[in-house]
Amino acid sequence: MVPLFSAEGLSSLVFIFIVMTTVLGAVIATHSERLIRAVTGLAICFIGVAGLYYYLNSPFVALMEMLIYVGAVCVTIVFAVMLADPNPEGEPGQGSIFSGPLSFALGIMFFWSLSALAGRTVWILPQGRTNDGSLEEVGKSLLTNYSMVFELISLVLLLSIIGALVLARQGRSRTGGQS
Amino acid sequence: MSIPAFGDSLIIYLIIAALLFGIGFYGLVHRRTLIGMLIAGELILAGASINFMAFNRFLAPDPTVGQIFTLFIMGIAAAEAAIALSIIIAVYRNYRTIDVEDVADLNG
Repeated sequence: MVPLFSAEGLSSLVFIFIVMTTVLGAVIATHSERLIRAVTGLAICFIGVAGLYYYLNSPFVALMEMLIYVGAVCVTIVFAVMLADPNPEGEPGQGSIFSGPLSFALGIMFFWSLSALAGRTVWILPQGRTNDGSLEEVGKSLLTNYSMVFELISLVLLLSIIGALVLARQGRSRTGGQS
Repeated sequence: MSIPAFGDSLIIYLIIAALLFGIGFYGLVHRRTLIGMLIAGELILAGASINFMAFNRFLAPDPTVGQIFTLFIMGIAAAEAAIALSIIIAVYRNYRTIDVEDVADLNG
């Protein structure tokens, strides 16, 4: 316990606010009927997750979260929503037995079991740290220990770009041929 | 007045990650459009990333491993979102809908 009007207490207050932002964004992302509002909720949730990363001593990953998720992935999903023009979802619960209370029960079950597992496990604290986990250390290990994975993920990104182009282009030529 | 130091305990982060995973799983089962399911999948990936970052901060002897893993998760998630969205666009051009109930037939 720390006093409220000190640096640690105020940072705890900000932490509570960030957690509320994350959870509220996630609930908006899964519950709103219109998909564009769901994407907005996803962006709010990712801003909260970036705040959590800042509290976990890594501002670089927080910045990347803002850049990649909020700046790229959410904008891409907005483009897809505008291109595909989905209707607002009707009343859920028709057609499948999983949509409705059963899905809610499944989500609650996963949450409860995972948090119970996290609470009952005895975590072993490390004896010492080999480095301080700063951005400089991340860059060094990214180019020495993990350079193979680094090259492989660039290959994966290149393949995904080409694959996305090919997939989107095929649909366009077929529609152009029919009309 | 005093307040617990929430940002310094591992269990808080694990519970937040479990909550994001549960909400994402609920959305994945509950949603009826493909884009909604993709959004729920992104929430699940965010929960996994928070778990990695929390273990990296509190338990790992080398505190760069979790950050690098989270960066790779971000790259894979971006690639997955691009591929999934182009598939969704192609499905929409063929079927004129992205409802999962309506694209269930395989007749082409």
